[in-house]
Amino acid sequence: MSLMNKLLATSALAVSLSFASLAAAQDYTPDPNAKPGGNIVITYKDDVATLDPAIGYDWQNWSMIKSIFDGLMDYVPGTTELRPGLAESYEISPDGKTYTFHLRKGVTFHNGREMTAEDVKYSLDRVTTPATQSPGAGFFGSIAGYDAMADGSATSLSGVTVLDPATVKIALSRPDATFLHVMALNFSSVVPKEEVEKWGADFGKHPVGTGAFKLSDWTIGQKLLLTKNADYWRAGLPYLDSVTFEVGQEPIVALLRLQKGEVDIPGDGIPPAKFTEVMNNPDEKKQVVVGGQLQTGYITLNVEMKPFDTVEVRRAINMAINKDRIVQMINGRATPATQPLPPSMPGYTKEYAGYAFDPAKAKAMLAEAGYPDGFQTQLYVMNTDPNPRIAQAIQQDLAAIGVKAEIKALAQANVIEAGGTPKTAPMIWSGGMAWIADFPDPSNFYGPILGCAGAVEGGWNWSWYCNKDLDAEAAKADSIVDPAKQDERLALWSDVYMKIMQDAPWVPVFNENRYTMKSARMGGSDDLYVDPVSIPVNYDYVYVTE
Amino acid sequence: MLAYVFRRLVQSALILLGVSFITFLLLYVLPADPVRQIAGRSATPETVENIRRQLGLDQPFVVQYGRYLAGLFHGDMGRSYLQKTEVAALIMARLPATLLLMLGAIVAELAIGLSLGVLAAVRRGGALDQSLMIASFVAVSAPQFVVGLLLLYVFAVKLGWFPIGGYGHASNLVLPAMTLGIMGSGWYSRMMRSSMIDVLRSDYIRTARAKGLGRARVLALHAMPNAILPIIAMIGIDIGIFMSGIVVVESVFGWPGIGQLAWQAIQRVDIPIIMGVTLVSACAIVLGNLLADLVTPFIDPRIKLR
Repeated sequence: MSLMNKLLATSALAVSLSFASLAAAQDYTPDPNAKPGGNIVITYKDDVATLDPAIGYDWQNWSMIKSIFDGLMDYVPGTTELRPGLAESYEISPDGKTYTFHLRKGVTFHNGREMTAEDVKYSLDRVTTPATQSPGAGFFGSIAGYDAMADGSATSLSGVTVLDPATVKIALSRPDATFLHVMALNFSSVVPKEEVEKWGADFGKHPVGTGAFKLSDWTIGQKLLLTKNADYWRAGLPYLDSVTFEVGQEPIVALLRLQKGEVDIPGDGIPPAKFTEVMNNPDEKKQVVVGGQLQTGYITLNVEMKPFDTVEVRRAINMAINKDRIVQMINGRATPATQPLPPSMPGYTKEYAGYAFDPAKAKAMLAEAGYPDGFQTQLYVMNTDPNPRIAQAIQQDLAAIGVKAEIKALAQANVIEAGGTPKTAPMIWSGGMAWIADFPDPSNFYGPILGCAGAVEGGWNWSWYCNKDLDAEAAKADSIVDPAKQDERLALWSDVYMKIMQDAPWVPVFNENRYTMKSARMGGSDDLYVDPVSIPVNYDYVYVTE
Repeated sequence: MLAYVFRRLVQSALILLGVSFITFLLLYVLPADPVRQIAGRSATPETVENIRRQLGLDQPFVVQYGRYLAGLFHGDMGRSYLQKTEVAALIMARLPATLLLMLGAIVAELAIGLSLGVLAAVRRGGALDQSLMIASFVAVSAPQFVVGLLLLYVFAVKLGWFPIGGYGHASNLVLPAMTLGIMGSGWYSRMMRSSMIDVLRSDYIRTARAKGLGRARVLALHAMPNAILPIIAMIGIDIGIFMSGIVVVESVFGWPGIGQLAWQAIQRVDIPIIMGVTLVSACAIVLGNLLADLVTPFIDPRIKLR
């Protein structure tokens, strides 16, 4: 069963018939070999910014927040399948605009108080209030009353109603097929009001949730200690007594320490310079888990700038790039891409082969489009390895069809700035800033990076491609909430991405694999170490064998 | 003397004000938008604008700088854009580590630099002197990133004498302090060498030798103290050099000081932290120089401060 079908089957099960559901069948089977106890050490180079679930949005804190907090929805560990979290079950109204969540009873926050429907409402109000400055506020746009929250004219979401202490009803202003995914985002985590008010802006340093771990110590700039929540509502979890995060550790230092047995998982992965060495060492290779990522690396072609306003030119560029060679350059840590969606994403079009690498045909197409001698352009790229090297490979490929691209290697923030400024960056290689999905749904790859909404000053649609028809088709797809029609929805999404490939505002280059290295004593299914949602690792389910 | 100190303090305050203005201006004109770093990729344009408004970043430069200065005068360095924590708290949490590292580096550079300098002076012109001076040249010019990784690889990974990075034990301090101090040791060995040569040529040394005192005794008790004094005053100036070094050294060794904080903040355009660390470093440099100037007359009574 493909991942896509699996997701369909389970969500169909979850919301069967008139969408009433109990949804427990697809849950995770506990590992019979798991042993409780022990501590593991995870390292990161950068500091952990904040553990406030309404604000935290980076590589380090995403999975930590997942282990400290819970939302109404959750994912089956190691998969992209939704499962109920703090909600025991839910119903969706036939028009797809009302969700009723029935909460688990007896779930307590780390401070001992029982979690209720009021907390759910408070948490959603908090994340959408402008003063919270949540980067994820926009995800809640489909909840009725969101606009009034965003412009400050309301202090509470009118669409969220507490029916009784264990039931909360959420009314949407439009049907939103991705809503259950939104309820599984960190931004939807349920937080206790009294703790948020007690700590104010410092709540992110003193997080209190309902999750499997609680924060017991945080030495700024050095380490954090998460310890087991003995009262966790998922019986028997977590296995580990504690998880120590040591920050400020260069990936290369982390690898050396792992080899000496001082570190269990280097959170930033295997440093590129050491990758071949590790993979050529049979003992070390055994410690590496390889998995997919909901990620695509691409080149944007600015359709508002000459000559990329001509579709033939964009198609020619698509045919000129030797993706296999680029993948080789990064030691095969990726798979060549054919389309914007990564292969493990529902809605991916398997039978589409993409533009074949054909420099001769590309050159001919350029000539037809009126550029027989090519043209001059600029390629923006982030200045950290391996991106400048990849840019050079792209430069050479382009030179072969007569296009002279000048490489502009800048710091990440400057590339982002150039991409979001009109008519500034003709081409950008997305490496180091490439899109990684927030949740496993095809819609997440469209709006901000390929839709009209993102083609604005300061947006992330760096090709400035805006196709109103596709926007309408995307909106239509996302209004299909009926689980029986999910095939239709995914077919629509597939069609959207195929039309995008016709217009070729991007050159999809590769989908990066994920390589998690772990110490020999770490146990648990490999899926947990390449969990598509809890990156790098799902701390709640892994264990140590000694 | 007091008038001098007062005048220097006023000057220092003006310098710091200038530093704050220039840094703030540079960060303002920088083609990188801090709000987009905070908001991330999925934020809608209205979310981005909301964050910009909440942080006051929609205001003109003068207003933003004015607000920052006003906060500063009330002892408020603001809150980090990304961490939301008070900048003062972040810096205070990390300052002890940086001070400890600098202290270690001063000890390392003096111990290495002075002893090698004396050795070279005593054997001046010889093969030892020449190789030491070449070594000092290498030490001064070697990039700290390379030196750090080299020391880490040889002494921590291969020989296992020291831990691989980290913080908390005395053994953690040795390698980063050496890395930071090795450049200074190059300077100090050269200065000590020439200072020693001057002193060894002076009359009182010849007298002491003529009195029949042993060579070692003359070196240790008569020559070295006089040769060291002018060099000690240089330590204040070192602080400025260290401040540029800690960013690299702290990152290589995972040393939880303000250099690491600055490096991370720069990458993510976290302006309040960049401003805070810059001002604290500037303070340290200004004070270090002031201290160096104030100490000099005590060491060399021929110098008068006015």
